[in-house]
Amino acid sequence: MNRRFLYVLPLVVFAVIAAYFAVGLTKDPSAIPSVLIDTPVPEFALAPIKGRDRGLSREDLKGEVSLVNIFGSWCFACRVEHPLLMQLKKENAVPIHGIDWRETDRDAGPKWLAKFGDPYTLIGDDPESRAVIAFGVTGAPETFVVDKNGVIRYKQVGPITGRIWEETLRPLIEELRRQ
Amino acid sequence: MKRKHKRLTFIVLGMGLLAAAAALMLSAFEDNIVFFYSPTEVLDKKLGADRRVRIGGLVEDGSVEKAGIEVKFRVTDLANVIPVTYTGLLPDLFREGQGVIAEGRFVDGVFRADEVLAKHDETYMPPEVAEALKKSGRWQEMEKALKRSGQMTKGEAR
Amino acid sequence: MIPEAGHFALTLALLVALVQASVPMIGAHRGNAAWMELARPAALAQFLLIAFAFACLTYAFVTSDFSLLAVVRYSHSAKPLLYKISGVWGNHEGSMLLWVLILSLYGAAVAVFGRNLPPGLRARSLAIQALIAVGFIMFILFTSNPFERMLPPPENGQGLNPLLQDPGLAFHPPFLYLGYVGFSMAFSFAVAALIEGRVDAAWARWVRPWTLAAWIFLTTGIALGSWWAYYELGWGGWWFWDPVENASFMPWLAGTALLHSAVVLEKRDTLKGWTIFLAIVTFALSLLGTFLVRSGVLTSVHAFATDPARGAFILVLLLVVIGGSLALFAWRGPSLASTGVFQPISREGSLLLNNLLLTTAAAAVLLGTLYPLFLDAVGGGKVSVGPPFFNAVFLPLMAPMVASMAVGPLLTWKRGELGPALTRLWVAFAALAAAAVLAWAVVADGPLFALVGMGLAAWLLVGTVVGFAERVRLFRVPFPETLRRIGRVPRAAWGMTLAHGGLAIAIAGMIGAGAWKVESIQVMKPGDTQTMAGFTFTFEGARQVQGPNYSATRGTFTVTRDGRPVVTLHPEKRDYPVERMPTTEAAIHPTFFGDLYVVIGDAQGSEGAFVTRLYFNPLLGWIWGGIVVMVAGGMVSLSDRRHRVGAPKTSRAAAGAGAGAPARA
Repeated sequence: MNRRFLYVLPLVVFAVIAAYFAVGLTKDPSAIPSVLIDTPVPEFALAPIKGRDRGLSREDLKGEVSLVNIFGSWCFACRVEHPLLMQLKKENAVPIHGIDWRETDRDAGPKWLAKFGDPYTLIGDDPESRAVIAFGVTGAPETFVVDKNGVIRYKQVGPITGRIWEETLRPLIEELRRQ
Repeated sequence: MKRKHKRLTFIVLGMGLLAAAAALMLSAFEDNIVFFYSPTEVLDKKLGADRRVRIGGLVEDGSVEKAGIEVKFRVTDLANVIPVTYTGLLPDLFREGQGVIAEGRFVDGVFRADEVLAKHDETYMPPEVAEALKKSGRWQEMEKALKRSGQMTKGEAR
Repeated sequence: MIPEAGHFALTLALLVALVQASVPMIGAHRGNAAWMELARPAALAQFLLIAFAFACLTYAFVTSDFSLLAVVRYSHSAKPLLYKISGVWGNHEGSMLLWVLILSLYGAAVAVFGRNLPPGLRARSLAIQALIAVGFIMFILFTSNPFERMLPPPENGQGLNPLLQDPGLAFHPPFLYLGYVGFSMAFSFAVAALIEGRVDAAWARWVRPWTLAAWIFLTTGIALGSWWAYYELGWGGWWFWDPVENASFMPWLAGTALLHSAVVLEKRDTLKGWTIFLAIVTFALSLLGTFLVRSGVLTSVHAFATDPARGAFILVLLLVVIGGSLALFAWRGPSLASTGVFQPISREGSLLLNNLLLTTAAAAVLLGTLYPLFLDAVGGGKVSVGPPFFNAVFLPLMAPMVASMAVGPLLTWKRGELGPALTRLWVAFAALAAAAVLAWAVVADGPLFALVGMGLAAWLLVGTVVGFAERVRLFRVPFPETLRRIGRVPRAAWGMTLAHGGLAIAIAGMIGAGAWKVESIQVMKPGDTQTMAGFTFTFEGARQVQGPNYSATRGTFTVTRDGRPVVTLHPEKRDYPVERMPTTEAAIHPTFFGDLYVVIGDAQGSEGAFVTRLYFNPLLGWIWGGIVVMVAGGMVSLSDRRHRVGAPKTSRAAAGAGAGAPARA
């Protein structure tokens, strides 16, 4: 038996394990692929939240690239993401529509928006998860990129961070606008 | 020569030990690995009582019946439903409408669980459960399982 | 302002670590003493800067500064002070900071106590230590910054998880980290030695105290975690083979092997490559434990998807540290020639056998822990590998190890004789048989392996005592001479005796609690009784009680044995309304022969009946007792003057006993 071989063996074993890891992890980058990517927005129509007179429906998502953001006053991670949405609103970067999900109190959502700011162009109230289930949402926050024709093109699971905006969402939105 | 001979003894002993250990591990692996299935997959596979498996999904709303220490409930991926029986104390986080994982065997079409896990941190749903729901592709029917609002928020607020 | 100061200090620490990683290394290469000397002040400065950053974060948690994202997420103004402090490391970002703090603490300790280390070795190992620090400080600064602000600040935080408010859990991570990170010292010494191309007895002597210290902390940390699971989770068990537990157990197994092979290297100048390899593997497993498991990556591949930057960074870091050191090992390792030769039957042979069994066990745990992840990553379906697998592999591996542990210390170095050693162990054989028979008499219907296990535990305990008696020539020389010899036994040998004896006690506890556990689940009305393991449990009813931040159903059980009262137990089922989180508080009555463990479940019907679960866990307290003795043994051994860095290098053959000189001098 070659003596040197014994010393190289651990490195080889480690390389195999590492390669396995690397392949596996790049193969499956999105945890739970949405069944809805590249399909038209499902049929839905939601009532407005208190203090607004327009709700949100499928027809509202046609004609312009937009974001649909699932939020709720009970959702802590939404609170983390919120300043970024306010920033996008200020920059007029893209219309953001909101779906206010699972509020048990009809005042909770409007109060929350009054406190932290309201970045949304249109908001639908969805206490019974009608639209949210149609979208295939697993939790909040979740954000969908919808193109001009009302087709879902991307789904962001979890809060949008500055990096995700700069590296993924903004380029995608610009590309969709050019189409 | 003597030294070489000694080294050979070591190598033979070491190899023998490693081979025994490897055989031990492989046989233990064969017998003790537990596969995870969603209710739909379970029905497709027609599993028998000889195979120990884990199933996962949501605890169907209104399905929990407790009779003393016997508990019956149904696990759903919103496309198919599996009846489950369990004897013992359920975990603290076990709730209707919440994700659950049960481990046990199938006996006459009923899943006899000997272990029920509802261990999720507050930040998200167990990925196995989420995937089982996704695979069933029947999101619309989720509403049935989640009639009352507020049930998903805890498990799923990220 | 204070968080910014902490952030700044951490950035400075990165720069200092960069200097510490490069200048002394170049200095050692060129033989420049001044450059090499820089390692020590740099290590101290790096430690002070990180300690300052850590203090800043602690201050933010203690004062509930909700302008910090980490404080908002993981703390709450209503938390008791103790848990505000433990909240600092109770989250990913803060725990990373604690990790580098401990890393730099070990570096600073080498700088202070390592005065007598050869300058080249010291400079190189501190440089390696700093190189690890560079990687992980960068990880913190770029992907997991605990000083991130959240503006405008909310009124209160989110972190009040009642399950996590427990002293056992609060202090379990620091001990674990002191253990995990402590193995970085052995790693740095190993890599430095590979670069120098010299591994000798002196090197082993420098490495042993650091490894031993890390081992003591890791043992304590694992025991604390297990203890917490036992009394807080209410499942009646103390070890579940879940990935988090396995992650701490793998480096423990490898580290224990390293401790023993370093003894062989020190005494006999052999097993050089193997010892270096173990030092690398132990730290690699520690890294795996901290980063893949505690950060939640190992529990699900999907954690990478939610934060790919973090996952990628960690993977690259692990790749560089482990891959780099293994590549160095492949390159330089073959030139490490061992001089000592030995027969299979010898002290070295028995230590090598123990090493092989321990590393095989570690490999089995690694396989069982990673396999589900691999399979999932390649889309092969979801599986779980549970206790049946680990028990099926682990017990057959440990049995021969325990059997040989009593024999090894009675063998001489280089070439031993099995016959005389076994003859001297006749008392241990007797104890083995007696324990097995006694166990069979008490629990006739228990599994066979429990009888074997109890026998082996008795064998190890008595064998360890025999080993010690042989060393002091008990009954072979006049008694005053024996006493004189006892006075001269090196502390390292006392340590070994204690650690092996403690393991025997712990094994007895594990076998007892694992094989003979009695449990009964039933519905009990007030006044109902249930008899189990000779104890009669009477359920006196349950009532609602109000705690500071929870309401609870509190049951009362009186326990009697042969009509005499034993204890009154009060298990609770608590509900924390703010967090909407129920918890189970088991009531435990520990006794010498076993623990009574009572859990109350849901109400049944209207007559005040409840589902109850009663356990009798035989000998469970012996696990904790045995571990305490093991840790005490480690500490006694650590206090040995020959372990102190800076002790004279010359050790006379007679006194140079390490984990035990030959029984016959």
